[in-house]
Amino acid sequence: MMKMRKALSAMLVAAMTMSLMAGCGSGSSDTGSSSGTSSAKEESSDEAVFKIGGIGPVTGGAAVYGEAVKNGSELAVKEINEAGGINGVQIEMDYQDDEHDAEKAVNAYNSLKDWGMHALLGTVTSAPCVAVGEVSKDDNIFMLTPSGTAVECVQYDNAFRVCFSDPMQGLESAKYIGEKGLAKKVAAIYDSSDVYSTGIYEAFVKEAENQDFEVVAAEAFTAEAKTDFSVQLQKAKDAGAELVFLPFYYTEASLVLKQAAGMDYAPIFFGCDGMDGILAVEGFDVDLANNLMFMSPFTPTSEDEAIQKFVKDYEEAYGSTPNQFAADAYDGIYAIKAAMEEKDITPDMSPSDICDAMKEAMVNITIDGVTAKGLTWEASGEPSKEPMVVKIEDGDYAVVE
Amino acid sequence: MSFISYLINGISLGSVYAIIALGYTMVYGIAKMLNFAHGDVIMIGAYVVMTAIASAGLSPLAAVLLAIVFCTVLGVLIESVAYRPLLNASSSLAVLITAIGVSYLLQNVALLIFGANTKSFSSVVPVPALVLAGGKLTIAGETIATIISCVIIMVVLTLFIKKSKAGQAMLAVSEDKGAAQLMGINVNGTIALTFAIGSALAAVAGVLLCSAYPSLTPYTGAMPGIKAFVAAVFGGIGSIPGALIGGILLGVIEIFGKAYISSQMADAIVFGVLIIVLIVKPTGILGKNIQEKV
Amino acid sequence: MKKMNKTTKSNMVTYLMVIVIFIAVQAMVATGNVSSLLQGLLVPLCAYVILAVSLNLTVGILGELSLGHAGFMCVGAFTSAFFSKCAVEAIPAAGVRYLIALLIGAAAAGICGIVIGIPVLRLKGDYLAIVTLAFGEIIKNIVNILFIGKDSKGFHFSTKDSMSLGLEDGGTVIVNGPQGITGTPKDSTFVIGVVLILVTLFIVLNLMHSRSGRAIMAIRDNRIAAESVGINITKYKLMAFSVSAALAGVAGVIYAHNLATLTAQPKNFGYNMSIMILVFVVLGGIGNMRGSIIAAIILTLLPELLRGLSDYRMLIYAVVLIVMMLFNWSPKAIEWRERYLSRFRRKNNKSTKEAA
Repeated sequence: MMKMRKALSAMLVAAMTMSLMAGCGSGSSDTGSSSGTSSAKEESSDEAVFKIGGIGPVTGGAAVYGEAVKNGSELAVKEINEAGGINGVQIEMDYQDDEHDAEKAVNAYNSLKDWGMHALLGTVTSAPCVAVGEVSKDDNIFMLTPSGTAVECVQYDNAFRVCFSDPMQGLESAKYIGEKGLAKKVAAIYDSSDVYSTGIYEAFVKEAENQDFEVVAAEAFTAEAKTDFSVQLQKAKDAGAELVFLPFYYTEASLVLKQAAGMDYAPIFFGCDGMDGILAVEGFDVDLANNLMFMSPFTPTSEDEAIQKFVKDYEEAYGSTPNQFAADAYDGIYAIKAAMEEKDITPDMSPSDICDAMKEAMVNITIDGVTAKGLTWEASGEPSKEPMVVKIEDGDYAVVE
Repeated sequence: MSFISYLINGISLGSVYAIIALGYTMVYGIAKMLNFAHGDVIMIGAYVVMTAIASAGLSPLAAVLLAIVFCTVLGVLIESVAYRPLLNASSSLAVLITAIGVSYLLQNVALLIFGANTKSFSSVVPVPALVLAGGKLTIAGETIATIISCVIIMVVLTLFIKKSKAGQAMLAVSEDKGAAQLMGINVNGTIALTFAIGSALAAVAGVLLCSAYPSLTPYTGAMPGIKAFVAAVFGGIGSIPGALIGGILLGVIEIFGKAYISSQMADAIVFGVLIIVLIVKPTGILGKNIQEKV
Repeated sequence: MKKMNKTTKSNMVTYLMVIVIFIAVQAMVATGNVSSLLQGLLVPLCAYVILAVSLNLTVGILGELSLGHAGFMCVGAFTSAFFSKCAVEAIPAAGVRYLIALLIGAAAAGICGIVIGIPVLRLKGDYLAIVTLAFGEIIKNIVNILFIGKDSKGFHFSTKDSMSLGLEDGGTVIVNGPQGITGTPKDSTFVIGVVLILVTLFIVLNLMHSRSGRAIMAIRDNRIAAESVGINITKYKLMAFSVSAALAGVAGVIYAHNLATLTAQPKNFGYNMSIMILVFVVLGGIGNMRGSIIAAIILTLLPELLRGLSDYRMLIYAVVLIVMMLFNWSPKAIEWRERYLSRFRRKNNKSTKEAA
């Protein structure tokens, strides 16, 4: 027994030293290329590129969002490169997995830093975004999150976002429901273990006090129990709610709709931007989603030419309809491009100098993206764009005025 | 009325847990290992059914049969490659960790093949919903199908173990591996058979789980797997009727906890009840009390 | 070296290994040979090493399977982060604040260990495992619905949402349910982490080789025989379990003070994490502290070093895990290895004898 252990630990030590060395080996070569001492000449003699990093979950339960952002941003990068790049400089993108975990996100960020990242598109989900924001502030590296909705995601001046913030979505939803007089009795179901969902829910309930409707039931669910929604729906039904507010993602929402149909409960369902994409779920019975309304900056069926083109290219490249995450990422890359062009940023500038220039540039640029026309940013990092309410009619999206 | 409807929903959820727990408990009873990859075999089974219907155009019944065959082969393969070399290892934990590795492997293979996007699983259960009390109560066809299949499987399994030679061999192996071997029982073969049955059950569970809750991702199996594991322990792990009782009770407690106590605390309530049950009856509801020999 | 007995020598090797790794890493950092990725990993590595060693106390020495270790880490992380966030202004000295946070985190996790240990340790084997898993999930669930705010009137608690705290204007929400605690001061450093690893090792190794440790191992090997010679089973089991929990709390403190956000998600404080820690322990060798340290380091670095493989990263990680387990534990592989290594070892033994 003792002998075996010794042999085992000896082997493990060997394996570890090997892996450590491997780590350091790759590490040193990475720092070499990014610190720009020895290999800077090499870089300039080759061809200088803009290195844009991306971070989001491509494995784990949140992989669907990270995947969409990855595809959307890759598509934009491809288009820009084909059109000649940013001021003639090509873009290179490296997209790293964070498994929707703050610690892994920081690791991904550090690995991108080793790679020599000039600017960051990310991270996709809120909690990792806050953690990365904290380190990127210290390094002064520019970050633009396509879909980090929590307030703290853009708390530092180097961080901007493409999407709406949570409180803003909750507030606008409540206002819309109140002003349009959609219902007098409203129920809310939310994911109490999720930052995005609770953020919207809280703002919604707060604003509901000022509006002409009553929140008659507020029921939660958690990440561990998100297959069965019969109880939450039953309570909403018993309370007589005419509208059920669903501030969470379409994965769970598709189950809610199915179960509501199973119990003959047909209120108005109202969601937020996470609801977008529900029609793209493979095999989903679209009849269930009829009359579903949600607030979204992006609809894949819009008549708009730019959107049409984006949707077509995306479908060709990835075989699925882009959702709001992909659209936000697509606009995010174009925003980075616009800001870089505004200040004539070149790849030989240090990431910190780029960040300082980008901060000034972001508030000056206006882009016509797929999530909004005339999209601009405030110094706080928030985008200014109008939310649209989309309603699903006969299995298709329709914009409601 | 809402009480009855909560009860029905609880039984519906519980019957899905029960059918997954059956597979857990079978394998545990014979191989004495917690097969953490069981939930992921369920997920694979559901994907096979979906692909067979959508891409190959098979009828639902043929697709389910295909999934059963596929999962059986997969289960035997996993057992012979990853588990069998470790069944005689000096610690029973070794095989537990390998099972976790297999679980990660299946999830990531599914992620690469089918992508992260949620797929909606169209129900393959042809049973119509039962409407009672003038439309006030509806019992979904999936619920009826799940409960019926659960009872059928339980009866067949019990008969198989009690009456057939292979079943008796399983019992013998679960009692004492060494003695069984001395009696001329092919221990490895028996364990492989157990995995085959367990995985076939997983395919059925996958179909029923995804018919009742039609959203399918590479991680669909993980949480129901853990819940079913809890259900199996609840009922007394190793006991086949225990898995049924444990599963249904777990589902009912989860729904009632959500309905009458707090929807945020559903998990805490489920696990809290489990702890209380185990402290009062340390081997689960139907578990055998094993006398310690000195 | 001659006078030392075998265990002391073995312990010294373990300490020395940690110190050598520490010096080597520090030297590489100083000469700029370490990538930012690796530098960022240093502090989490310390936390994982402590977790692995502390769980090994429960699994290897006490001989009970615990699947709720992440729960204790969660308690340590949240209590200490809560304290640090409240005390940022009151105690500006980071060192003092961190020390108090450590003590609070360890104490809270330790107390949790005792409270949970009393009912749990009556159970055996897999039943004990499932109950620890259940407690871990309950802790995570409770943390997720906890809202604590502070204003001039003092602390406010709620389990519903942050609005029902009823804070005055200017009050701050400290623990915000699923959003957890944001803005914990980033006080953890690699040096502190390594010191804490050494402290952890010191506690665990000394406990192992003390009278209590021998009693604990006697219970593991044969509970009835141990009871019959008058060993107080409950006391010693509880001792090992709560020390293990407190050390997990320490790891939680390191973890919490390394990231700006602390949220209790299935990924970091759920059963997934508990299982991950168990993987470190089993892969490194049950009861073998040195092995735990090495396994924790390898398995934490592995997915990060595989980043270049992008989509195949986690797949390869899973395969490597399975292969490593088969290689380390399968009786056949062990037999093969023994044969293969025997010649090498004979030679080695001879040379050590000559040296002595």
